[in-house]
Amino acid sequence: MGYQAKFEVWRGDSSGEGSLQHFDVDVEEGEVVLDIVHRLQATQAGDLAVRWNCKAGKCGSCSAEVNGRPRLMCMTRMSTFTEDETITITPLRTFPVIRDLVTDVDFNYVKAREIPSFAPPEDLEPGEYRMTQIDVERSQEFRKCIECYLCQNTCHVVRDHDENKQEFAGPRYLMRVAELDMHPLDVRNRKEDAQEEHGLGFCNITKCCTEVCPEHIKITDNALIPMKERVVDRKYDPLVWLGKKIFKREELEQRDATGKLSLDDAGPENGSPLPADSIGPIGS
Amino acid sequence: MAPGTEAAGAAGGTTPDVTHHTYDVLVIGAGGAGLRAAIEARMRGKRVAIISKSLFGKAHTVMAEGGIAASMGNANSRDNWEVHFRDTMRGGKFLNNWRMAELHAKEAPSRVWELETYGALFDRTAEGKISQRNFGGHQFPRLAHVGDRTGLELIRTLQQKIVSLQQEDHARTGDYESDLKVFHEFTVTELIKDGDRVAGAFGYRRPTGEYICFHAAAVVLATGGIGKSFKVTSNSWEYTGDGHALAMRAGATLINMEFVQFHPTGMVWPPSVKGILVTESVRGDGGVLRNSEGKRFMFGYIPEVFKEQYATSEEEGDRWYTDADNNRRPPELLPRDEVARAINNEVKEGRGSPAGGVFLDVSSRMPAETIRKRLPSMYHQFKELADVDITAGPMEVGPTCHYVMGGVEVDPDTAATSVPGLFAAGEVAGGMHGSNRLGGNSLSDLLVFGCRAGAGAAEYLDALPTAPAITTEAVDSALEESERPFTVQGDENAYTLHHELQQTMNDLVGIIRRADEMETALKRLAELTDRIPRVGVVGGRAYNPGWHLALDLRNMLLVSQCIALAALERQESRGGHTRDDYPTMDENWRQQLLALTFAPDAEGLQVKLTHQDQTAMRSDLFDLFEMDELKKYYTGDELGGHRAGQGA
Amino acid sequence: MTTTERDHGASPPIAPGRADIKARTLRRDRWWLSPLVNALGLATFVVYATIRSFWGSAYFVSEYRYLSPFYSPCFSASCVPGSSHFGTFLPAFPPWIPLAILSLPFLLGFRLTCYYYRKSYYRAFWSSPPACAVAEPHSKYSGETRFPLILQNAHRYFFYLAFVISVINTYDMIVAFETGIGLGNIILLVNVVGLWLYTASCHSCRHITGGRLKHFSRHPVRYKIWTTVSKLNTRHMLFAWITIGTLILTDLYIMLVASGTISDLRIVN
Repeated sequence: MGYQAKFEVWRGDSSGEGSLQHFDVDVEEGEVVLDIVHRLQATQAGDLAVRWNCKAGKCGSCSAEVNGRPRLMCMTRMSTFTEDETITITPLRTFPVIRDLVTDVDFNYVKAREIPSFAPPEDLEPGEYRMTQIDVERSQEFRKCIECYLCQNTCHVVRDHDENKQEFAGPRYLMRVAELDMHPLDVRNRKEDAQEEHGLGFCNITKCCTEVCPEHIKITDNALIPMKERVVDRKYDPLVWLGKKIFKREELEQRDATGKLSLDDAGPENGSPLPADSIGPIGS
Repeated sequence: MAPGTEAAGAAGGTTPDVTHHTYDVLVIGAGGAGLRAAIEARMRGKRVAIISKSLFGKAHTVMAEGGIAASMGNANSRDNWEVHFRDTMRGGKFLNNWRMAELHAKEAPSRVWELETYGALFDRTAEGKISQRNFGGHQFPRLAHVGDRTGLELIRTLQQKIVSLQQEDHARTGDYESDLKVFHEFTVTELIKDGDRVAGAFGYRRPTGEYICFHAAAVVLATGGIGKSFKVTSNSWEYTGDGHALAMRAGATLINMEFVQFHPTGMVWPPSVKGILVTESVRGDGGVLRNSEGKRFMFGYIPEVFKEQYATSEEEGDRWYTDADNNRRPPELLPRDEVARAINNEVKEGRGSPAGGVFLDVSSRMPAETIRKRLPSMYHQFKELADVDITAGPMEVGPTCHYVMGGVEVDPDTAATSVPGLFAAGEVAGGMHGSNRLGGNSLSDLLVFGCRAGAGAAEYLDALPTAPAITTEAVDSALEESERPFTVQGDENAYTLHHELQQTMNDLVGIIRRADEMETALKRLAELTDRIPRVGVVGGRAYNPGWHLALDLRNMLLVSQCIALAALERQESRGGHTRDDYPTMDENWRQQLLALTFAPDAEGLQVKLTHQDQTAMRSDLFDLFEMDELKKYYTGDELGGHRAGQGA
Repeated sequence: MTTTERDHGASPPIAPGRADIKARTLRRDRWWLSPLVNALGLATFVVYATIRSFWGSAYFVSEYRYLSPFYSPCFSASCVPGSSHFGTFLPAFPPWIPLAILSLPFLLGFRLTCYYYRKSYYRAFWSSPPACAVAEPHSKYSGETRFPLILQNAHRYFFYLAFVISVINTYDMIVAFETGIGLGNIILLVNVVGLWLYTASCHSCRHITGGRLKHFSRHPVRYKIWTTVSKLNTRHMLFAWITIGTLILTDLYIMLVASGTISDLRIVN
């Protein structure tokens, strides 16, 4: 193979101003868009800013928009384009530009901090955790997230309405709430929080987060909608309300959530004792 | 995560401003070791800053796929720390720092269980415990894992623990970052000392180029490895040997730098992804290696020392996957150095695959559905990066530079280096893995010694009589060094030099080494030492990759010299160091450590090498091994202390 | 509906520091095709269903007992004799009240609040957003946080009612077999199967059957059901469109037979 491709790359600074700069650049067989950006750096634009890390689709650093579509540059093969096509690369549109293709994604770190952390039962010692595979699988799917922020970038709630950034945590962090709510040993009730603190109601399930997820996590179907349904449980479901009245289900559920029962289920064996030496100077 | 608020100088102007921050502990590196160290130091009441070259949560640790080795005994109750210790020493060809290996084997289970309290979700056994999988060099299934994305789980878990500590601080002080702050996209260019002691560090903020000086009496290095000195590597851009170089320039010693692990299975096609890792779990779960003749060639490469532990026929090897107690494991699961050399040899003798590797096949070994379930991210990686369906045909794989066993010499119990106040943990520290690291021992190493480094730093501070100070001269000198690429108007291109460095290391100090080639390499590296100060850059300081690379180059060059010099000196083959001209292991070299210190000379060599004795193993640990095995590694004189000898 | 002109529509807000790109989207694929097709499909159904619901005749083939789903259950005294399988509790209706007034609003509600249809019509009719990474034209957005869209949370109620109506439709379908088997029976059967698949694959159903549990391991039966419903749920969109097709087809066929335009193709008897 090997041909000259036409590229339009956004060059600009933190004021947001900038323009698309044209490049003609060599492309070899088997390359991805990030390879081409690196070639531009090495040969034509030494200061072209791009954020990247593993180049294997595992770290979620090289997010950008290729021909207007939010993508990881390392996972966008050049063979998906025709040779005469002009390929346009622009920075994530929802976040402020730092320089060129690099954006300031601190919004996401701020949102991450607003979600109360994992809360295990207080009397459960390390090494005593017992969980079955089927109980952890749902949350495990969400923990595949590589935090590329493509979903946060694509979600129209903040992409098209910057003012919603205050109240809306975005798909990645609503998924985090779902992950914790489905964690078999998390004892905190997160349902009302999802709606009232993290803006679940803003989501109109139009599924763009799922469409752009490079890890193919079913964000909408497995996290956001189940979370909306869990909110309905607490707030709007007539049968659940009736059931609670009749069977005092609330209490049952509370006991469910302590995780105490899951220990009983798994039997009395609680793992091997720590080697005496290991407790030594480390006493955290 | 806003940076310091004091103004930064405009790029290219007169002397730029420097923003100052003061903390108790400064952790450089936000991978597994760095985050664990920060957590430990914070939980011991210290104010901690974490510096990360990339975004918080993107550290190279996410690339670890296989799992965390810890002898919890969930999959096989016969496993315990002693077995793990023996496996680790064996894997490292008895060159390991035995105290580190001991602490590692003993503490790994607690460190893993601790992760569950932070919210980690490992795969489970039927009884609800953490599931453990087989891995090369480990006698029992030992690796706690989450599919094949264990590193991601580790990083995310520690990241979320940091956040949870910040939430606690927020509840108390109203500020998330009052006592624990992550400075991400920052690079440290120099450590600053006050007399002998560490006093802080100087660096810049990548997005803006703003200079920053951290005042901290304790500094933990957790910067990872050096892979970017090699052309074919599984390591990301961050792996430029920063911590190794910083420690050396601050006066610390590096050991074992000749031992570089080449992972046997990296992708070889397409060229753009060459080097990216194919996890060992592929083999642990049943994948086999074949050459172009379709032969499972590993059966021909079982070394004498491992003859008893490995299957000699394909039938026995295949039975092991379902009945590990009554069969020996297939030789595809030999330690990494053995497999890498075998692949290298097959290719060299003309039995390689079209793209210059060998075939790794799971497609003929298990149903497509099982492959997708057990190796999801591998399936994904090949599908999306290479357009290859691993459920339909074999992968092409070959060795790739993966890990450096060598690193900063540390005290096993506290992770302290020879420089007071400077600590090192994780890949940047040396000794733990000896001449070769077992798969899965890296993540546990990060946790065990990350934790110990955090504790060590906290204890050091508690005992510290007076705080060190940073002088203006020290800051100015570090600033000047960072500014150099802007001021010299040089004619050298950083990308070109980097390429030459990588080519040199790959070709001349790679997986198989010869004296004459390494001498050539040292000459070329000395030339590069002269050229690097002439590197100029275009553009300003704001997110300028050319400038970043120019500054990283000197670190890469320094560690490259360490590797080449030590590799030339060690006249034997052992673990991650293979000499064509000295092809066998020599027991006289076992207790010799090669120590490297910073000592620039006029000829462009910046490193001084000295021989150091390995301390003899404590007798109770020594007695964990059988005499017959020790004889393969130890000289006759050294065997006197063994129980077998005393009983007689 | 205009399509490509949208390219020149509103661009996303240029919040401080965002890349100052004027174009509404840089996508060059035919992103407008999907909302267009969706809009046409949904509009066709709405128009057809409205007309037929008020039509008031040709909904029952008494000879073979085929009852159109748009008229089931028929409780009014105005219903054609034989079409009221459960009696005529209600008086005669004036012509502007659909005869199936007791089921149609709920069926409509079930589909209107369905998680799949919401996606479809938010995109197709509200352009909120028209497609991923294409700016929407609205200056404000509050999603489903307040009235009226907060009522979407009532999907659960509609699911319960739709379940009951599906039972009734099933009864209608079975009753029609009493007179033998014709093409109409097959169509009714296919429609009912489709309706059940659509109803059972609903996200609310998935939640109620097992999704709400924190520990599947303690409820093995519900876990099994949840697993099955989850598999169906991945095809919820497919069933949503299939049932739009089968509903129209069923009603159309019955209309044509009932009005004498065509005669039913008999297979048995």
